[in-house]
Amino acid sequence: MSRATLLVLADGRFPAGGHAHSGGAEAAVAAGRIKDAADLAEFCRGRLHTSGLVAAALAAAAALGVDPLLLDEAADARTPSAALRTAARKLGRQMMRAARATWPSAELDALAAVRPKGAHQPVVLGLAARSAGLGPEDAAYVAAYEAVSGPASAVVRLLSLDPFDATGVLARLAPELDRVAADAGAAARRVPDEGVDALPASSAPLLDIGAEAHAAWAVRLFAS
Amino acid sequence: MHLDHSDPHSHSHDGPAAVSADAVRPDGRRRALRIGLGGPVGSGKTATVAALCRALRDELSLAVVTNDIYTREDAAFLLREAVLPPERITAVETGACPHTAIRDDISANLEAVEDLEDEVGPLDLVLVESGGDNLTATFSRGLVDAQLFVIDVAGGDDIPRKGGPGVTTADLLVVNKTDLAPYVGSDLQRMARDAKEQRAELPVVFQSLRSEEGVSEVAAWVRQRLADWTAA
Amino acid sequence: MTVGGALAGGGLRAAARIRAEADARGISRLPVLDGEGPLAVRRIRSAGPEARVALVGAMSAPLGGDRLTVAAEAGPGARLDVTSTAATIALPGQTKEPAHYDVRLSVEEDAELRWLPEQLISAHGSALQVTTRAEVAPGARLLLREEQVLGRTGEPPGNLTSRLTVRCAGRLLLDQELACGPAAPSGWDGPAALAGHRALGQLVVVRPELAEAPARPQLLGELAALTPLAGPGLLVTAVAPDALRLRRALDEAVRVVG
Repeated sequence: MSRATLLVLADGRFPAGGHAHSGGAEAAVAAGRIKDAADLAEFCRGRLHTSGLVAAALAAAAALGVDPLLLDEAADARTPSAALRTAARKLGRQMMRAARATWPSAELDALAAVRPKGAHQPVVLGLAARSAGLGPEDAAYVAAYEAVSGPASAVVRLLSLDPFDATGVLARLAPELDRVAADAGAAARRVPDEGVDALPASSAPLLDIGAEAHAAWAVRLFAS
Repeated sequence: MHLDHSDPHSHSHDGPAAVSADAVRPDGRRRALRIGLGGPVGSGKTATVAALCRALRDELSLAVVTNDIYTREDAAFLLREAVLPPERITAVETGACPHTAIRDDISANLEAVEDLEDEVGPLDLVLVESGGDNLTATFSRGLVDAQLFVIDVAGGDDIPRKGGPGVTTADLLVVNKTDLAPYVGSDLQRMARDAKEQRAELPVVFQSLRSEEGVSEVAAWVRQRLADWTAA
Repeated sequence: MTVGGALAGGGLRAAARIRAEADARGISRLPVLDGEGPLAVRRIRSAGPEARVALVGAMSAPLGGDRLTVAAEAGPGARLDVTSTAATIALPGQTKEPAHYDVRLSVEEDAELRWLPEQLISAHGSALQVTTRAEVAPGARLLLREEQVLGRTGEPPGNLTSRLTVRCAGRLLLDQELACGPAAPSGWDGPAALAGHRALGQLVVVRPELAEAPARPQLLGELAALTPLAGPGLLVTAVAPDALRLRRALDEAVRVVG
C-alpha cells in the first residue's frame, strides 16, 4: 500500500461531498446535546463506535473484494433511518464520481452502472480504496476517521467552536480510531467464511431519531 | 457482482454516468449548457435568475440549480415566483459553504444538473446559482461552461476597482440596480472604468431589473453562449 | 442439550417453545406450548381467531451464566399473540459469565405474529446478551416490540448488548446491535446515542403492503421516530427518561401504525 495514496483518499478536501454533511451534529446541536468541545468529543466517540464501526467494516469488506451489492444490502439493513440511507447513497454517488475520476477501475464502473443513484458511501469508499491499491484496514481507517471528522468540522461552523479545540478532540480519539479500524478490518476478514452477518451492526438511537428530525426541517445548514 | 434487475435502486442506464463536465451524456446526447451566477449577498443573483427564466422559458428548455447557505431559500423564492415549473428547480445543500459546492467539491452540483437532465430533459440550459457568499467565489470549470458575476451599485462603487476572482475573471460582469446609483452616490462611469481596467476585453453589463430593458442584455449574452455551445 | 439443567459455568439452561397453527376453520391452535424453569408459558383465552400466549416470569431470570431460549412460530395462516406477565430483570449471577437470552421468531406464509413482551430491565452488576431473530415469510405480518430499561429505579445499569435481526423472504431487512452499560464502548450514553436516557425501545412492523407503499417517515414527539425500512417494514426507535414514558411513546406508535 502507498501511505501517500491513503492521505489523498482521507483528505477532507477530497471532492466527494462530505463538506455538506454534519454526521448528525447539526441535529444534536439544535437539540442542545452538543454545546461545547467536551460534548463534541462524547458525540464523536458514540458515533465512532456505532455507525463509524459499521461504516469502517463495510468499507474494509469492499476493499477486500466482497461483492459490493451484498454489502450495499447489508448497509441498508444496518441503516434503519430512511434519511440516513438517502444521505449515504447521495454521498456514495459523489464518492463514486470522485473515485472514478481519480482511480478509474472496472469494478467502480460496474458498481456505478448498477447503482447510478449511488450505493452506500462506505461500500463505494472501500471499492475506491481497492481501486487505489489500498487494503481493507486503510479503507476502515478512512471510514472511521470520516465518522468523526465530519461532525467536528460541522460543529466548528455551527457553534463557532475554537477550531483548535475541535482538532484536539480528533487527536485524542486516535487510540480509539486505531481500535475501531482494527476491529472493522478483522470483521471484514471473517465475511468470506461467515457471510455479511459477520459485520457489526452497532447503532446509536439518537443518531437515528435525530436524522429523521433533521430531514424534516425546512431550513438547515447541512444536508444530514 | 450479480446484477439484480428487479432491484429498486437499479436504473436503465447503458453505462455509468459521466465523471465530470463531459460535453456528452451517457446516452450520446450533447448535454445542456451550464451557466453559473455568483456574486455577493443581496446583489440580485436570484432576481436575475428569475428574470432570465421569464425571458428565456418560452424559447428554451431550461432548469435552475440553487446553492443556498440555508438550504432551499433561493429555490423557495423561485418557486414562489413561479418562474419555472417546480420540477425544473433544484436546491443543493451546501453545509454552510456555498463556495465549496461550486468550486472545490462540485459533485453535488454535477449530480443535481444530471438529475434535472434525466428527469425533465432534454434541456438546453441550466442556470447554477451560487448562494450569496463573497467576492472570491467563482465556479469550477468542471461544473459550468460560463459564469457571470453579479454585483450591485449599492454594494459600493469601489468593488470593480478592488477586483477579486469574480470581478476579474467572470465571463460576464453584471452591475445590477443601476436605478439606485443616484440614491447611494455610486459613480457608474467610475465603475465602468475600473471594470474595464480589471477585465480588459471581458464584457460588462449595467442593468436595472426595474427598467424597461430589464434583463434583456444579459439574456442576449446567454443566447450567444448557447449558440456557440450548440455550434461547437 | 440439558433441558432445564444446570450448566457447568454455574448458570442454567432453559427453553420455551410455542407454535400456533391454523385449523380448518381458520382458528389458531397451539399444538406446541412448552416451557420450563424460569420460562413458563401460559395460554390466554382469546375472543378472536388468534392464539394468545403469555410468558410467565416464574423465577428471577436471567442470571449471569444462564442460557435461555424462546422460540415462537406462527404456522401458515396462523395468528399468534405473545405477551409477558411481568418485566424480565437481568440480575448478576454466581459467575462472571454473561447471561444469554435468545429469541427466535418465525412467521410462516400468510401468518401474523404479535410479539409484545414487557420490558427487559438491566439491573446493576448484571451482564446479558439478547439476540432476537425474526424470519418472516412472504405475505406474513410481524409486530415486534422490544423495550430495554437501564437499571432499576435510581441504580446504574448493568451490561446489556442486544442484536435484532429481521429477515423477510430470506432477505435481511434489519440488523441492529446495541451495547449499553459500563463495559460498552465509550460514548454509549453520550449525545449521539442515549444522552442520559434510561429507557429505549424499538417497534418493528413487517407487512407485505409496506413493500409497495412504504411508511412515511415521521417524528413521534422529540424522542421517537418512525422510519420506513429498505423493504416491507418500518421501525420506530424511541428513547425516554423512564419505562413509563417509553411505553407511552411506543403505544402511540402502535396507534399510528394501526
